Amino acid sequence: MSVAPPDATTAPGRVGSSTLRPDGVPKTKGAFAYASDLQDERMLWGATVRAPLARARITRLDIAPALAIVGVHAVLTAEDVPGLNAMGQIVQDRPVLAENEVTYWGQPIAVVAAEDRETARRAADAVIVEYGELEPITDLVEGHERGLVFREHKARRGDPEAHGEVAVEGYYEVGTQDQAPLGTEAGIAFPDTEGGVDVYAVSQWIHVDHEQIVDCLGLRPEQVRVHPAGMGGAFGSREDLSLQVHLCMLALHTGRPVRMVYDRQESFASHVHRHAARMWYRHEADRDGRLVRVEARVLLDAGAYTETSPAVLNNAVYFAVGPYQCPNVFAEGYAVQTNNPPSGAMRGFGAVQSCFAYEAQMDRLAVELDMDPVELRLLNALETGDRLATTGQLIEEPLPTRAVIEAVRSLPVDADRPGNDPLGLPGGTGLTTPPNSVVRGVGFAVGIKNLAFSEGFDDYADARVVLTAAGVEVHTAAIEVGQGMVTILQQIARTVLGVDQVAVIFDDTSLIGSAGSTSASRQTQMAGGAVYRAAARVREEALRRADGDDLTGAGVWRDGTVVATLEELCGSDPIEHEVRYRHIETAEPDEDGQGSPHVDFSVAAHRAIVDVDPELGLVKLVRIDSAQDVGRALNPQSIIGQIEGGTMQGVGLAVMEELVLDRGRVLNANFTDYLLPTFLDAPPVQSVIVEEPGSWGPFGAKGFSELPTISSTPAVVAAIRAATGKALTRVPVRPEHIVGIE
Amino acid sequence: MNVHFTVNGEEREAAVQGPESLLFVLRERLGLLGAKDACEQGECGSCTVIVDGDLVCSCLVMAADAEGTEVLTVEGLATEDELHPVQQAFVEHGAVQCGFCTPGFVVATAHLLEHQPAPTEPEIREALSGNICRCTGYGALLRAVQSMGGASP
Repeated sequence: MSVAPPDATTAPGRVGSSTLRPDGVPKTKGAFAYASDLQDERMLWGATVRAPLARARITRLDIAPALAIVGVHAVLTAEDVPGLNAMGQIVQDRPVLAENEVTYWGQPIAVVAAEDRETARRAADAVIVEYGELEPITDLVEGHERGLVFREHKARRGDPEAHGEVAVEGYYEVGTQDQAPLGTEAGIAFPDTEGGVDVYAVSQWIHVDHEQIVDCLGLRPEQVRVHPAGMGGAFGSREDLSLQVHLCMLALHTGRPVRMVYDRQESFASHVHRHAARMWYRHEADRDGRLVRVEARVLLDAGAYTETSPAVLNNAVYFAVGPYQCPNVFAEGYAVQTNNPPSGAMRGFGAVQSCFAYEAQMDRLAVELDMDPVELRLLNALETGDRLATTGQLIEEPLPTRAVIEAVRSLPVDADRPGNDPLGLPGGTGLTTPPNSVVRGVGFAVGIKNLAFSEGFDDYADARVVLTAAGVEVHTAAIEVGQGMVTILQQIARTVLGVDQVAVIFDDTSLIGSAGSTSASRQTQMAGGAVYRAAARVREEALRRADGDDLTGAGVWRDGTVVATLEELCGSDPIEHEVRYRHIETAEPDEDGQGSPHVDFSVAAHRAIVDVDPELGLVKLVRIDSAQDVGRALNPQSIIGQIEGGTMQGVGLAVMEELVLDRGRVLNANFTDYLLPTFLDAPPVQSVIVEEPGSWGPFGAKGFSELPTISSTPAVVAAIRAATGKALTRVPVRPEHIVGIE
Repeated sequence: MNVHFTVNGEEREAAVQGPESLLFVLRERLGLLGAKDACEQGECGSCTVIVDGDLVCSCLVMAADAEGTEVLTVEGLATEDELHPVQQAFVEHGAVQCGFCTPGFVVATAHLLEHQPAPTEPEIREALSGNICRCTGYGALLRAVQSMGGASP
């Protein structure tokens, strides 16, 4: 590129400043349109018939009673799926509507459309379905033994005969966590006059949704337009299709717009969750504490269909050792098919489960070595120039592992004793334990994860930047899930072009190419990278058109004078450039899991301080501090928001969040029984932003937003272990685990 | 039946079927989409409005019971030209991410500050503990509320 963009500055609105998000004002006023707010005068309401069992044959299905209800326009079943009755972004194996059998609780069997919501719900209740119940497979080990495996992955590196002088072993479990985005699944579909359809629904990747919807509807690609819709959070739960095909089928069948809004129970039933895990570990080190050998075996509960489990499983294995060097690694993982709720993407994507295990192992090793656990981590820290323990991949980008550890360690620690204010103690004013029996503990953890897509996937993002007399338009299919995509893209375009007026336009699938998935911590580097490059080309053309040396909102400058206003420059002929941006190629690893499957990594560290009531098993987080590798901080306020929010989701997994299952059925599919951290549970978080600019993200930025969720969970549990002396090998930690009455 | 009540200072009338909630009627009959439906159990506070001066989860109020009441929703806080100070503070402190919980938090915070202009940190946490935010971890929300004259803890 011949014209280098100007340096980042902290000027208002530019890269480096805490620019305010443009959707903040409408969101505070209740004026922002979410998917659940979309409606139309002619619309019908949709509702879904769902399986009450996790595994059964469908012995009878009778829609006649529902069709007989006044106001019901359609009742559709598997027979009515016009194309392929299968969805999935890696393997298309999950039915749009169940045919002959159900394989998970809440699986959709039929959909209805009616004049109003109540009628639609009544009609769904009126559909007669009879089942022959089958024994569900709910145990991971049993599923694995039966060979029900979607994917296995092995990492074998180093000398099988190498051993250390000191060894620790452990077995760990992670429960099933839900993303619990506040906005439930929702959307609306509009039939066009030529047999096609427009659908607006929650999504993290409209182009991959488009491919599947086209297949399921049996239409030509250009007949289906998938539009982004306002999202009340995602955290991975929108990576797989939910109601999109149902909406399109009902709209095409009735010739009317059809709207659906899931209630909370449906939301729990319909989207993928974080994989439950069972993990066996053995760490060996020399007497000085250097890791010599790590063995790991990981089982992940995938549920009934493939979804994104192959990629989650591989991640769990790739990061089985964490951000540590180790020359000899023997790790294997299996994504096991069960009749538990479907699993897929959730923030951290496989790296969360193994981090809980390897960080517990590092603490055990520190005890065995009689070594400070933080020193042990510093000694083994993986940094630039080292090789990832599992794959042997050379770390070429900045990886400030020691810096994040040191940054957290240097933050001040509170008093080493709990205070006397009951509001600050576990259980609050309901505390029955004498305050002087409450014990305090400190725990530490470090995590690592890859950024963007891996393993040779053709990972790209398209963006189009247009300069007009009115300012800049950025067109993208990246998704604003709440993370602040819109702000970052504005800041990048403003900084490159020097023009303050920037509108980010989230186009549908017919107007712009794919931006790839809004997941894997990838869009700041990928969509941001595409916008950066497209904007640079626009700037280059603007300067060339007017033979200038600088561009601002006033126009093109030459030798300190404006020589063409934006109106003169592009009033009748906008300057437009579209870029398809790819990161450097990655490759599938070999059969031993060796190679260079990743493009980049990020690290984070957490230190948690907890007070524990050992009699009732209650935990109160005193504080949890964090240091985060971000490459270059494009928007510090937004980064702090990601760290604090991501950390709290990890805290949730540590002490409260889990789907409770019985024969594959979810017993707590509501916010009364599925506990989420509230304002009272959330401790203060001090965040340190560590900047070591990377080589390929815009202005050196790296993605990072999954990291805060990875190391927070093990840090909290380590703190509870330190306070109680209990082994605590399962999350979420429950009071009975602390009290010892399991 | 029809329910008659005052919403954001205006006399309104809405058709109500059976046990429909105040939230449903505000959103689907009156087009006031600011209050959000996230749990329908009174657990998350996304649907928070003020009825006759009391903070309520509108998903738990039967619309028929709103007859004759005065209801204030998030849409009633800003003027034509100016945000309510709570809205302004939320925007400036990054207290908004996905924003789905925001209308409920804005209404609950406005109610808190009206009754307690200088709340301490524990008082803020207690008063807003009925509203769930999944994105921010509450830090930015705390800073936003504290910026509005909250006393030091």
